[in-house]
Amino acid sequence: MKALAARRHHRLAPVVLLLLALLVTGGVYAALAPEKAQAETVSTQDIETGKKLFQANCATCHGANAEGTAGVPSLIGVGPAAVDFQVSTGRMPMQMNGPQARVKPRQFDAEDTAALAAYISSLGPGPAIPTDEQVDATLGDAANGMALFRTNCAMCHNAVGAGGALSEGKFAPSLFGTSERNIYQAMLTGPQSMPVFNDANITPDEKRDIVAFLVEQREGSAGGFALGALGPVSEGVWAWIIGLGLLIGAAVWIGAKSS
Amino acid sequence: MSDMNHTNDNSAEVTTPAGAGTDVVQSDKFTDPGVPAHRPRLTDVDPRSAKRNERIVTFLFALSCLGAIGTIVAYVAVPPEGSTGSVRLSTLLLGAGMAVSLLGIGIAGIHWAKALMVDTEMVQDRHPIRSSDEVRADAVRDLNEGLEDSGVVGRRGLLKGAALSALALFPLTIAVPLIGSVGGDWNISKFKHTIWKKGTRLALDPSGRPIKASDVNIGSAFHVVPETTEEFRQSHEWITEKSKAVVLMVRVRPEDLKSDQSPEGEQWSYDGIVAYSKICTHVGCPVALYEQQTHHLLCPCHQSTFDVADSAKVVFGPANRPLPQLPIAVDDEGYLVAQDDFAEPIGPSFWERLK
Repeated sequence: MKALAARRHHRLAPVVLLLLALLVTGGVYAALAPEKAQAETVSTQDIETGKKLFQANCATCHGANAEGTAGVPSLIGVGPAAVDFQVSTGRMPMQMNGPQARVKPRQFDAEDTAALAAYISSLGPGPAIPTDEQVDATLGDAANGMALFRTNCAMCHNAVGAGGALSEGKFAPSLFGTSERNIYQAMLTGPQSMPVFNDANITPDEKRDIVAFLVEQREGSAGGFALGALGPVSEGVWAWIIGLGLLIGAAVWIGAKSS
Repeated sequence: MSDMNHTNDNSAEVTTPAGAGTDVVQSDKFTDPGVPAHRPRLTDVDPRSAKRNERIVTFLFALSCLGAIGTIVAYVAVPPEGSTGSVRLSTLLLGAGMAVSLLGIGIAGIHWAKALMVDTEMVQDRHPIRSSDEVRADAVRDLNEGLEDSGVVGRRGLLKGAALSALALFPLTIAVPLIGSVGGDWNISKFKHTIWKKGTRLALDPSGRPIKASDVNIGSAFHVVPETTEEFRQSHEWITEKSKAVVLMVRVRPEDLKSDQSPEGEQWSYDGIVAYSKICTHVGCPVALYEQQTHHLLCPCHQSTFDVADSAKVVFGPANRPLPQLPIAVDDEGYLVAQDDFAEPIGPSFWERLK
């Protein structure tokens, strides 16, 4: 220490200090810097595979170059998040025409889905697939998520995400079984009837809060039978048919003579 | 009724008083069928059956005891610990225990009464409701004596007046505040205005962040409130003002808008961004189920459907008027602002709406 202190006025001391500071900064940055949001390993081969898959499975409706046809949206600029959402939930490729594409067993594995997403995003930039950290419910604030869900989502998807009816056979699906990543992607891309909730409307942190709220709802109701959490319809059916039926049965039994 | 000397007996024979205009004496059309023959129950004739039913009742009471003890045990042993599952388990055990306990008592009691208690029919005659003539005459005499004694009639006029005044005034202490607070606020004009005014920025609900026009992409739905100070948002009036001022803002392709102008020909939208009051014109539910592809906006209460691409006209349901449109523009910094308040009162009809 004494030797070091003696040399602190050496003319090379500032240089040494500067080098040390740079080293420390660099080291700390390397240790703390967030990983690249997307480990983009898109290769031209992925895009080629995606293009082939697209032409074999999607081009009939969406057009040979994903430009869309009458009544079918163009996929240019929808981004990998939309492709991953639609394909990983089995909604696309669509099985038949109907009021809306339904969830069904997925037709492509993760690799093919990624290839399709790579092809679509090569046509035009769009929302990226969220990272695991962005959809980690344990990092979200469920209370804030509830406030946001109540304002933006509950009118269609029900107060706890049990889903609900829309017009002409369309419906907002239940969110109990939807994966965290798909919930996030749906907000980001606005599939089918659902409006888009971009990052300016609901920030990525707020989206994670909503995911946290929805994951918390999966534990069910603290107050006993939720009856599907559908509100007055299922509760009314229960009260009027089963509840009143039991009461009438009890009245008949009380009034009947003992044999 | 006029016949004061009519005797009240319980004979099945009902006669109309003579001299009421008709001298025809009618006998009742129905004869009292009397009590049906008593049929003994199995428990009355078979001691083994009686014993068995006794055991059933005992068992039910014992079950009730167990239920009550179980409830207390559950209360002590399984307290809710914060997680949803443990609250549910605790509630379920308490409820089930109480149900067993109460139902046990109820069912045991009823079964006891039905199977074991005496079930021979017994008749208890009603006594006449009318008092005897002597009692009635005594009562009238007592009342008259009391009236005379108190001096209410005739003498002591001042006293009478004071008593009547006091009795008449006291109810007013209850009635006046009660009636006075009915509809305490007759200021109807506040139904006709919201806190939107020229230059108020559109802000997100619930965070209160102002919105830039460039942030609203096609297909977006924004739930919007007027931007105000944080102080006002904490105040009591905010919830009232917010409930009138809430707006749903969406962006559609400009070419999809059937009309981007107000009825008076003013520019109320901005490049495909339109903002409408979220309060239904039917009975005032928040209309917010927006179908992005059809541009239809549904009301969850009675399924009124509005077309936001066509001035929010009603395309289905009981609503009678389009949703009022909030005229919007963009300020120097690119934020969306209101051009003015809504041009007409928001929400459902009321008598003075167009006066």
